[in-house]
Order: sequence, then C-alpha cells, then structure tokens
Amino acid sequence: MSFASIQQTAKEEWRQFEQYDRRRVLVGSATCGRAAGSQEVLRAFKKELITNNLLNQTDLYEVGCMGLCYAEVLVELRGTDGQRVLYQGVTPKDVSHLVESHLINNQIHKPLALAVVTSEFNGELPEFSELPFSKPQVRIVLRNCGIIDPTNVNHYIARGGYNGLARAVTLTQDQVIEEIKESGLRGRGGAGFPTGIKWAFARNVADEKKYVICNADEGDPGAFMDRSVLEGDPHAVLEGLVIAGYAIGANTGYVYCRAEYPLAVNRLTGAIAQMHEHGLLGQNIMGSGFSFEIHIKKGAGAFVCGEETSLMQSIEGKRAMPKPKPPFPAVSGLFGKPTNINNVETLAAVSAIMERGAAWYAGYGTEKSRGTKTFALAGKINRTGLIEVPLGTSLRTIIEEIGGGVPEGKKLKAVQTGGPSGGCIPDSFIESPVDYEHLAEVGSIMGSGGMIVIDEESCMVDMARYFLTFTENESCGKCAPCRMGTQHLLKILTDITEGRGEPSDLEKLRQIGATMRNGSLCGLGQTAANPVLTTLKYYEEEYLAHITDKKCPAGVCRDLIDFTIDVDQCTGCGACVLACPVNAIHGARKESHYIDKQMCIRCGSCRQACKFEAVLVI
Amino acid sequence: MSEILPMSLLPSLLAAYDRERENLIPLLQKMQESFHCLSPETVKAVADHLHLSENDVYGVATFYSQIRFIPPGRHHIRVCDGTACHVRGSDRILEAVEKSTGVQPGQTSEDGSFSVERVACFGSCALAPVMVVDDKVFGRMTGTATRKLIEGKE
Repeated sequence: MSFASIQQTAKEEWRQFEQYDRRRVLVGSATCGRAAGSQEVLRAFKKELITNNLLNQTDLYEVGCMGLCYAEVLVELRGTDGQRVLYQGVTPKDVSHLVESHLINNQIHKPLALAVVTSEFNGELPEFSELPFSKPQVRIVLRNCGIIDPTNVNHYIARGGYNGLARAVTLTQDQVIEEIKESGLRGRGGAGFPTGIKWAFARNVADEKKYVICNADEGDPGAFMDRSVLEGDPHAVLEGLVIAGYAIGANTGYVYCRAEYPLAVNRLTGAIAQMHEHGLLGQNIMGSGFSFEIHIKKGAGAFVCGEETSLMQSIEGKRAMPKPKPPFPAVSGLFGKPTNINNVETLAAVSAIMERGAAWYAGYGTEKSRGTKTFALAGKINRTGLIEVPLGTSLRTIIEEIGGGVPEGKKLKAVQTGGPSGGCIPDSFIESPVDYEHLAEVGSIMGSGGMIVIDEESCMVDMARYFLTFTENESCGKCAPCRMGTQHLLKILTDITEGRGEPSDLEKLRQIGATMRNGSLCGLGQTAANPVLTTLKYYEEEYLAHITDKKCPAGVCRDLIDFTIDVDQCTGCGACVLACPVNAIHGARKESHYIDKQMCIRCGSCRQACKFEAVLVI
Repeated sequence: MSEILPMSLLPSLLAAYDRERENLIPLLQKMQESFHCLSPETVKAVADHLHLSENDVYGVATFYSQIRFIPPGRHHIRVCDGTACHVRGSDRILEAVEKSTGVQPGQTSEDGSFSVERVACFGSCALAPVMVVDDKVFGRMTGTATRKLIEGKE
C-alpha cells in the first residue's frame, strides 16, 4: 500500500475518532496517571457504561500524558452534543455522576470540571488552551501526547506523522542534515550540542555499517519528559530515529530504554510492529531504496548509561564504563562503527522539523537556543506537571504562571535544574530567561529538563548532600577523580550536616570540585560537583551556619535541630501524639503537650501532623 | 511478580538467545524474571551459553543495580528517593519502612516477608513522596500512613 493511501485510511479513522455525535471517554493513562489510579477509573467507566447500556455507543480510550500531573486522574468526556470537557482528580466513585450528567444528560459535572477543550461550545468554563497552565506553552515535542491513542499508528499519521520521513527520503542526505542545521536544534539530552553538526560528523565518515541510537535512558531523578513522550507518542521518536538513520547512512537503529519504564518499552515494541506493517521500517521504505531496522535494548539500572560511550558498552553486553574521547562515537562507536546518538526529545523534534520545515521551528526560542524545551516541573509547586515552552521563557513565567507558584504561601528559595549534574538557581534570578546560555551563566545547566522547585523549608547543604549520595552511588569507578571525588565530597557534606563541619571544609569542597570538573573521564564526574559548587556560590552563609553555629536554618538537618511545642498555639488535640513513632510526646488532652528531647528522633512527623503550627524547629 | 519457574526450563530459556555477547544483559534479565534472582547455577549456564567466563558474567551482573543475587521478599517495598520526593520528605518514609519491617534497603527480612529497596525516581513526582508496594503505587505518603500500610501487610 502506498503511503498516500495509508494516510487516507488514517484520516478517515481520525475523522471518526473526532466525529461529534458519538460519546467518547479519554482517560490519561501514562505512568503518572496509572499511579494516581487511572486503571481503576477506566474499569469503573466500563462497568458504569455497561450498567447504563451505553458501552456500544461509547468509545473508551487510554491516552498519554497531557502534562497536568497535579490534576490526575484526568478524563476528557464528549457527550452526544459534541461538548468536550476535561475533568480533574477523577476517582472511581465519581464515575457514575460523570456518566449520568455528561454522557447521558449532556450536562457538565461542575465539581470536577477543569476546562472545555473546544472553543465552539464555550460557556462558563475556561478553554483549555487559555488556562494559565497551558497559555505560555508551545507543544511541539508533546504535540500528540494526551490527544491521540498512542497504540494506534493511524492517529499519529492522521495528525501529520511520517510526513517528515516521506519528505526526508525525497531529499539527499546532505539536504536533510542542512535542514536540521538550519532549524538550530540542539541536543536535548543535556549538553546542547547542535544536532545537525553531530549528524554531519557521522555522515562524513565512510563505512558500510553505521548505527543510530536513541538514548532513552532517562536517569536524572525528578525528570520524566522522555518517559511521557515514549508512552504518549512513541512514533514521533521512532520517526526521528529513521530520519537520523537516513541522514547519516545507517541501516540499524537502537533504542536504549531505561528498565524502570516498562510501559514505554511496551509502547515502543507495539509501535515498531505497526511500522513494519505499514512499510515504514524494513526494506525499501516508501519506495526510496532506503532500508532500516530498529532494536530495543532495556537498561539494567546504571545512571552512567546516560553517557554515550557507556551506553554503547552496555548495548554490547559489557560493564557500562565510559571510554576516553577521541575517538568520538561518530568515528568509532557501537561495535567500533560510526555511530550517532540522540536523545528522545531531540528525535521527537526532528520528526516535527522535517514535517514542517526548519524556518517554522527556528521561529521559536532565542537566537542561540532555538525551538522549545520540555520540563518536568515538580517539588514545592502547586501545579506539578510536564510542560513545553519556547526557549527563553522566563523562570517566573514557568514557576508562577504555569506552575501556579509555591504552595501554602511559602517563599520560593531556588530552582534546581539539570538534576545531579546541574545546579540551584536562586530566587533572585527569577526573571532570567531559560536557555542554554543563561543557565550556564548562573552556574547551572539545562540538563535533560528536570526542574525542581525548592522552598524555604529545604536546606541547601542537604540538597547538595542528597545529589552527591546519588552520584557517589552511581559513579562507575573507572576514573579516580570521579570515584574518589564523589566519596570525599559526600563525606565532607555529611560531616557538615551532622555537625562535624570545620571552616576549612568549604575550601576543600571547592578544590575537589574543580579537580573533578577538570580531570574526570565523562560527563558524570565532570558535572557531579555542580550541585555543591552552585549552592556554595549562592548560599555560603547557610553552609557557615551549619559549620560555625551548628544550626540548620531551614530546620532540615536533624543533628542540628530540636523540636519544641509552642504552648500558646497547642490545643492539646493529640494529633502529634498519634503521629510520633517513638512516643516522645506527652500531655493531657486539651492541654498543651511537650516533647521529651531525650526520646525525640527529630523525624518531624509531629510537625507534619499539627494543624495549628504549634510544633516549632529551634 | 510472576511465579518462579522450575530450573529444568533453564536450557530452553537459553536456547531462545543467539550466542552473542550482545545478549548477555537481556539473558541476565530473563534469568531474573524467571527465577526471581541470579544464582551460581544460572550464572554458569549463561557463561557457558555465551562462551564467556563466569568471572566476566559476574562482572557485568554486579555492575547493574537491577540484577539481584538475593530473592525479593513476599512483599517488595520500593521507596522513591527522587529529588521531588526528597524535598517532600522521603527520608521519613524510608525511616518508617526500616523501623516497621526491620529491613535495610537492599535487604530481605529473614523470614522472607519483606524486601526493601531505595529507588532513584519513579517519575510520579506529582504524587511525592511515593512508595511502591508489590507494584502498587502509594502517593503523598506520611510516616504514619507508611506504618499503617506495612502493618496491614504483615
């Protein structure tokens, strides 16, 4: 079947999917939705539809992540009048109300309604695209997430999918590379190297066997952008990989996916089978004479595999330890052959760029940082979620408008970007545009896109210690600066947070950090000190409070704090007594309580349980 | 978790994989999935199948954190310590788990009822702090809720 006739079929199927006179239920069922209970909600819908004899007249679909993690379980309903409404925080017991009012009576169920999806029915509810969460966003990489059924290739094709590949194979390899260069796309995995230039390196090495790899080993704690794309729109990534293969002249591609993402692996496996069925993989793709195969490799739990040379060692079945560069992978990579490796988000952008053109993509972003970037917004923020904004959007827009600010009226202290390789940006930089250059200027990095919001209740020394615990554990041990550097940094930071810090420690931290940056073999070690160095740069007084006053100003480091109960605020309700795991709180009911300091383990459970803010940290 | 397969199936499981080094990690994963953890016997069988030394196979197996040599408990508890969970107090959750089960991360209790693991990130950051018990996710946990949950499993 020709691609044109495949498109025709797909468009017809999409028209039916979008057609207005049929009831439809879309349940957001990516990993985040599932964690919030989407499978139970889905079952409840099925049961309720059967009870009301509506199952035959209703389409029930699982879709990917719309990015509104804070509102999960998220359900979009369409009644027979065509009105499409997004409902948030849906639980199985809400389902009967939703079916009755929206699907049977065409009435919006107000208590859970978040927004209308289509503007033509605009009434009392805001439009989805006008919500503060959505308005500043531009969804290119996430173009289909939460909108299409990710297990159906026809949905992807109907929305322009594989047009980019169809166009690419009519161009020469160099024309494709030129197009990517012109788009200004830079690697979205962290380092930000221009993608087109990277492709040209691998293209210009002559060899009959070459490889392209999709790096889906998303290991930064607090980052889940790649997972959402793979789960919600796997074809966007795979199409990008085939285009990359065509451009550099490779016939084999690998997707190296983190083992902790079973749903993503499932979706990829299904998508690859569909590509074969439609002639989008295999021999002579779209009659172009170009042949390509994709293999999936599951990771086995090693953060260092995010580094390209380690990842290739892992595919080869070896211990994932990095190799010195040069030779660069473009010359000698997987199995010693020229290899090009790109991140998930980069490849999802590639397919969009080939479909719509370099100029369109380059129209977003800033001069040096073109296009859009996805971020996983989490931590102390009201609207946690997965977002995509043009590069150059200010931190304030991201935190305050999209994210809705810090909860419980607390004060923003810092934003952590780039995970264990990145740094903390203090609140004073809130007007900074988020792009590669400005983040580097403040000492952090773009990284893969984790963005953790930190409020006044977090201790920056503890944050640094947290990241070093992670990198010390994940250091592969091959080179000394990283192996020993992470151990020493962690020991010093642990001493400081436990009250054994000395004034000379700060200089030691700086020196070890600089040595690691200059001397480590791969990116893991070169950047592992960043969380320490940036917090030291902006929050030195907090380090000094730990070292000289033996106090933790944020009230986090247990050896440096004590809990006490404010007798004026305490109502004697007893909530803290129940919460205390070691029975250290005493006092008669309705009278103010007290904490036995000898028994107290400073876990903070009482403070969390108290509704009157009567538990104080001193 | 699926049932443990009988060891007699080992040869047929191996036979599905070509004798290429590239298949080492997929094979180790298959062994773990089938027998719940690796043993000297399975390591030797994999080494023989791929014409590698046992030493080499142990080297790779111990490098990756997913590969286990101790069987998991009847209830497998994984506590997320991703950044979002950390700033929302995951250390209190881990502490409550350790206290209630008497098991440290990476260990299985003597009676085989619990095993505990600390995981870097589940990507369910919106529900932080998160723990996963027997593949079911529990979000927005507190120390008290953790203790109650575990008591219910005993």
